[in-house]
Amino acid sequence: MNPLELAQARPGPAFTVTLDGREIEALPGQTVAAALWTAGITSWRSTRGEGRPRGVFCGIGVCYDCLVTVNDRPIQRACLVPLRPGDAIRTQEGTGHDG
Amino acid sequence: MTAERPHLAVIGAGPAGLAATLAAARHGVRVTLVDSAPEAGGQFYRQPARELGARRPEALHHEWRTWERLRDGLRTHQQQGTVTHLTDHHVWLVEQHSGGFTVHALLGPEQTEPAEVRADAVLLATGGYEKVLPFPGWTLPGVVTAGGAQAMLKATLSVSGRTAVVAGTGPLLLPVATGLAAAGVRVAALVESADPRDFVRRSRALSAQPAKLAEGARYAAQLARHRVRTLIHHIVVEAHGTDRLEAVTVAALDGAGHVRPGTGRRIACDTLAVGHGMLPHTDLAQGLGCRIDGVAVHVDDEQRTDVPGVWAAGEATGIGGAALSLAEGHIAGRSIAARLRGVEPEPHGWAGAARARTGLRRFFATLDEIYAPPAHWAEQITDDTVVCRCEEVTGGAIREAVTGLGAGDQRTVKLLTRAGMGWCQGRMCGSAVAGLIGCPETAARRPFARPVPLGVLARAGETPAPEAEG
Amino acid sequence: MAGAACALYASRAGLDVTVVDRGPVAGGTTGAGEGNLLVSDKEPGPELELALLSGRLWAELAAEPGLGAAFEYEPKGGIVVASTPEGLTALADFAAGQRAAGVEAVSVGPGQLRELEPYLTPDTAGGVLYPQDAQVMPTLAAAHLLRASGARLLTGWNVIDVPRGADGAVRGVRTDRGEIHAPTVVNAAGTWGGEIAALAGARLPVLPRRGFVLVTEPLPRRVRHKVYAADYVADVASDSAALQTSPVVEGTAAGPVLIGASRERVGFDRSFSLPAVRALAAGATRLFPFLEDVRAMRTYLGFRPYMPDHLPAIGPDPRVPGLVHACGHEGAGIGLATGTGQLIAQVLSGKVPELDLAPFRPDRFAPAEEDA
Repeated sequence: MNPLELAQARPGPAFTVTLDGREIEALPGQTVAAALWTAGITSWRSTRGEGRPRGVFCGIGVCYDCLVTVNDRPIQRACLVPLRPGDAIRTQEGTGHDG
Repeated sequence: MTAERPHLAVIGAGPAGLAATLAAARHGVRVTLVDSAPEAGGQFYRQPARELGARRPEALHHEWRTWERLRDGLRTHQQQGTVTHLTDHHVWLVEQHSGGFTVHALLGPEQTEPAEVRADAVLLATGGYEKVLPFPGWTLPGVVTAGGAQAMLKATLSVSGRTAVVAGTGPLLLPVATGLAAAGVRVAALVESADPRDFVRRSRALSAQPAKLAEGARYAAQLARHRVRTLIHHIVVEAHGTDRLEAVTVAALDGAGHVRPGTGRRIACDTLAVGHGMLPHTDLAQGLGCRIDGVAVHVDDEQRTDVPGVWAAGEATGIGGAALSLAEGHIAGRSIAARLRGVEPEPHGWAGAARARTGLRRFFATLDEIYAPPAHWAEQITDDTVVCRCEEVTGGAIREAVTGLGAGDQRTVKLLTRAGMGWCQGRMCGSAVAGLIGCPETAARRPFARPVPLGVLARAGETPAPEAEG
Repeated sequence: MAGAACALYASRAGLDVTVVDRGPVAGGTTGAGEGNLLVSDKEPGPELELALLSGRLWAELAAEPGLGAAFEYEPKGGIVVASTPEGLTALADFAAGQRAAGVEAVSVGPGQLRELEPYLTPDTAGGVLYPQDAQVMPTLAAAHLLRASGARLLTGWNVIDVPRGADGAVRGVRTDRGEIHAPTVVNAAGTWGGEIAALAGARLPVLPRRGFVLVTEPLPRRVRHKVYAADYVADVASDSAALQTSPVVEGTAAGPVLIGASRERVGFDRSFSLPAVRALAAGATRLFPFLEDVRAMRTYLGFRPYMPDHLPAIGPDPRVPGLVHACGHEGAGIGLATGTGQLIAQVLSGKVPELDLAPFRPDRFAPAEEDA
């Protein structure tokens, strides 16, 4: 059993997005965080002070831990942003404005 | 025709906001329902993204029939033109002025473009968010809030790993554990810190809500079916891993709420879903100058705040679950409908909802006592445990501000250490900081409910609001 | 902040000091300030002399081991920007007067401005660089100066009376948690200084002048100096009660950019004002267009201790023996705190203060002026 089977989901065909250039498969309706989780990735940001890895924490847009750069736009909350085919996701470091 | 109706803006499309919307619309009010999600439902009835094509979303939900009733009612009123539902609108401020209210929102997940709604009255049904108390390792990827694990599951049908521990305290842990288990995650343990003796002591108060007890029994049966080991009166003392979670150590509590030495055991897992209760979203109410009692918006019997024209319902006025939110929302909608037409409301019209509200408030007050975090939880925070996740402020830095620099309250600790000054504005660490200082938790003042681009702020109030003109 | 500085210099002068505050450390205007140490906004006169003295003292404190880093002292300099040629002429005249009074003020053309501040709007007539302007983190400064003073710190003690003996001299303070005996009481209650003075039987016309500050998301260093528009100086010197805003923009050690400064006299009204912060945002984005897309994370407000002639009250009150004032610094209290503390310590230890205190006399206001 997986969550898609549980809800009897019939999503449209999968598409490809990239994380730091590496190809990842995503489903229509998935957020950045959902696609990364499904690909087995749990962190995509390093903190401004200690450079520690972070990913989803609150899952509802409150904690801002899951910040990520999507199509060159930094400081997007991965738990909120839906993916489109070809989206380029980049891990985020520091303030997100440094790159 | 609808343009002559008084206009209500409802902030939040969860149970409270939906109940209020339907009650007000049925009684002659034009309603604009403003919500941040792509679909109505709030956190409790959070819907899977439409494109995922879920044919059985109810498998992830409880009280599905209630949801269908709310959803169908909303649809009917939308078709009649009495309700406008604005999705993906993230409200950052509600402004009061001589002409009524302006709801200032940012559009979509990017939150860069503004939208404004003008209204004669406002209902704040802003819900709540989860409280998590820190422990060593809680910042590791793979550690998520219990509600976050559930939200990700409900909205995106995704989970963060294969083996989970669900821990903390509160009634939310049960549906999270059973939900993850049903979705194929191996739930290695459910770790609840509450003392079973507290359930026994308060059994009379609990038995006043037999439906709620039956719900608890159903969860217990599901946990048994999924072979989830339940550790009562235990806590997670540490999460282990270098770049992601690999295991947790759980330990038993003694009668006084201290960790019992020698009881620690390690449980391998790649996901820890942890929560210690909920906190109300009060920012918009505070921005309007509404009275706050402790951490919740103060309301009267009609769900009115002390600011004329502003009502509040649901978790924003105190945590109490979906059924209570529905009752409060209904009462608020009826009160608003009467008062916006200049009529004194007749409370007997909502007597059923008022009775439900009284009973559920009492029930949740009892649950609050049972599910209070263990008395000495702050002992788990070592000096190098990060407490403020955003600004990476440690327990040691906060203790130093208290003992070395004379800080005795949350605001001074924030100014001295930056704890609570980051992106989340103290929503994640506020409870922990208060606990470390040993002062009662209060709602921090956040005039902006979410970050707002300076360009938008500079032009706030100038955005045309066509939907308000009907 | 003023109290902390008085405690530090008085302790170092050998006095036994107790600091009493009804709230926490920096719980009043200090915690709501930006931490400006400015000479640039002051015209020649007693306040500028106090600012120059204070600036030297701040630099000395910052050089003490551990202390400067602890309160984020940054001698980064200020830049005043004129948007029009007329504004630039007025600014140049103002700077010439300051130079004669000992201020370093360097005229810079529009091109040079952009070298100093690469993200500044190209749309300027020119400006003046003030290398002596600096910044501290005010709450940290107050807390660390208090700690360095070694004074007894009683927070959460509310002064309810200033008892006086038969000779009229103060005998200490009475608080809600007990009495503290002392031959001298220093009134460093800032915006609430008028209340303490009244408890001792003296009138001191301190009025609140509300200000908002906007705080952005953390950024890499893009604003290097403290940058403000030339009309800021006129707003500071104004007596109007109506809302005035002139953009003051600066980066901080921690990352966020701070945006001031609004001024309005609305009593102690703590409610949020969209018109005030909207004007701040508009002014800041005009100076630094890149800020358009930068997000404001929060805003806070404070009440500056405003005196009718814009000068603080510093020194002994001739009407009440033993009562000494150190309040009413308006928006410059952090910057002027060290000089104030030094002067108070000199007075208390019987020395001749290094600045003439006559312009700061607490009894200089005739009753009629108080409503000005």
